[in-house]
Amino acid sequence: MNVMDTRATSAMLYLDGVHVSFDGFHAINNLSLTLEPGEMRAIIGPNGAGKTTMMDIITGKTKPDEGTVLFDGVTDLTRLDETRIAELGIGRKFQKPTVFESQTVQDNLLLALNVDHSVKGTLFWRGSRAESEQIDKVLETIRLTDARNRLAGSLSHGQKQWLEIGMLLAQDPKLLLVDEPVAGMTDVETHLTAELLKEINKTHTVMVVEHDMTFVRELGVKVTCLHEGTVLAEGTIDQVSSNERVIEVYLGR
Amino acid sequence: MTPHMLTRSLDRGATIFLAVVAACGILIPLSNLLLPAGSFLQVPTYLVALWGKYVCYAILALSIDLIWGYCGILSLGHGAFFALGGYAMGMYLMRQIGSRGVYGNPILPDFMVFLNYSKLPWYWYGFDMFWFAALMVLIVPGLLAFCFGWLAFRSRVTGVYLSIITQAMTYALLLAFFRNDFGFGGNNGLTDFKDILGFNVQAEGTRAALFALSCLALIASFLICRAVVSSKLGKVLIAIRDAESRSRFLGYRVESYKLFVFTLSACMAGVAGALYVPQVGIINPSEFAPGNSIEAVIWVAVGGRGTLVGAALGAVVVNYAKTSFTSGMLAPYWLFMLGALFILVTLLLPKGIVGTFNAWWDQSKEKRTAETAASAAAEDGVTEPKMAE
Repeated sequence: MNVMDTRATSAMLYLDGVHVSFDGFHAINNLSLTLEPGEMRAIIGPNGAGKTTMMDIITGKTKPDEGTVLFDGVTDLTRLDETRIAELGIGRKFQKPTVFESQTVQDNLLLALNVDHSVKGTLFWRGSRAESEQIDKVLETIRLTDARNRLAGSLSHGQKQWLEIGMLLAQDPKLLLVDEPVAGMTDVETHLTAELLKEINKTHTVMVVEHDMTFVRELGVKVTCLHEGTVLAEGTIDQVSSNERVIEVYLGR
Repeated sequence: MTPHMLTRSLDRGATIFLAVVAACGILIPLSNLLLPAGSFLQVPTYLVALWGKYVCYAILALSIDLIWGYCGILSLGHGAFFALGGYAMGMYLMRQIGSRGVYGNPILPDFMVFLNYSKLPWYWYGFDMFWFAALMVLIVPGLLAFCFGWLAFRSRVTGVYLSIITQAMTYALLLAFFRNDFGFGGNNGLTDFKDILGFNVQAEGTRAALFALSCLALIASFLICRAVVSSKLGKVLIAIRDAESRSRFLGYRVESYKLFVFTLSACMAGVAGALYVPQVGIINPSEFAPGNSIEAVIWVAVGGRGTLVGAALGAVVVNYAKTSFTSGMLAPYWLFMLGALFILVTLLLPKGIVGTFNAWWDQSKEKRTAETAASAAAEDGVTEPKMAE
């Protein structure tokens, strides 16, 4: 690590030996994980396995006690704050849909667009054709074109989840962290969401945390199972779900 | 400010508001000056000064609404910025007295002679020039807000904790300004003003002009606030108010936005204070009292948070009520009434006067559209069977 200008790894995201404890509780314990560029990874694990804490570490909300977190091979994420990390190109969808409820669907996407985020830039902002075209495109992808002028707070739960995914798309990050995208969705919506994520994965690196095993199976990607803040098993969905330890702590017999 | 930003920011309510303020700013001074005293339509001079005070309060309320209503920063110390602007203007007015003071000292104001000052403290230099004082009206509150905000927002102090430290800030200033050796007249403050820009502050013409200027400042503040909240920056402010950490994850530097809007708001409050002082004729440390700042927040809540027009309206309505009640036999109970008003508004009109009116208006408009659509559908229903025949 003494030569910082050369890539330490080819991975998009590289976590090595990460530890975090809250008041003596080891939320993350010697966690190591790599995500290759263009990859989509599903993260599963029981409640309290450290899935959300891991996302907090990657996005700068929580600082690890020790360990390495590298983005794009060169950037040490542990030294940066949320805003800087977002600017670098890591987008995040929260477990509980977090959209700007008192603003319209369209404005939510406008706020997410990856453009000048400075005070001066937004104060003197004037919409451009390219921006509105991008918003139109995202609205179509997340099937909310008809709802563009509705307040985000009036959307259904599933629509809010999609809007938040749409905000990620508008943000156009290199890496998307998606926390429980299908929680509270109907089967049809779950299926559509899987399609949507696969579509997004064509151009982006994605990490999905999800409990819904049908959904994870539908994604058909490499799965990592976390338990007590560390990696328990990694591999295809079939390999992981037939792992003795995974069955014991997570899937149940 | 580009014209484009102006047109985008004006809706019906804002236009009505601006028209009313402009009409008041023109008609009230004219009626006071041109109509014979005692005639039915003549506005007496004492009322011009009183209403001028309300207009200054309305500017203060606007500045609070900008940060509280749109960015969720509940400042319970905004009276401090108002008072600092007032002191800057007061210092200019003190220097204008010159040798006409009781002690006749051409340089030192009366209180300094009384307290045995040998020379003018350095921070009083320059205040004999109006332009310098006017600049300080903006810079002093703005600089304090910038430093305070830089420390508070960077450390992510939010919510009730921020409110408490703003209270502490204004209280600390109250104590400092009460001290005689602080150099601002101690508990007596600054008063006995004679001239402003060569005009007698007591004269009817000056009072009328100050009233008109206050209205102009209210219009300007309103336009600035509207331009800010209707720009994309306004959307970011609302996003920060509703989901601060979400905004960070989108790549917005929340502390910069808060700092910008907090400093702008403090400058606006300073201007309000500067216009207030020549109209009431005195500025003393009681303006820093924490209660004053809380009262200003109540005006905004009563009028309607996050509506701008409501904030200005709330300031005028509550202060009108205050003047009416504190001059009668109910005077000792005013604070109870103010408290009750706040509780009632919170319980019954959580959106305030203007917010509730807007909600009602939108609802009835929706209903009317729905009814038109329904009656159109009904007509179709009647004609269709005929066509089938």
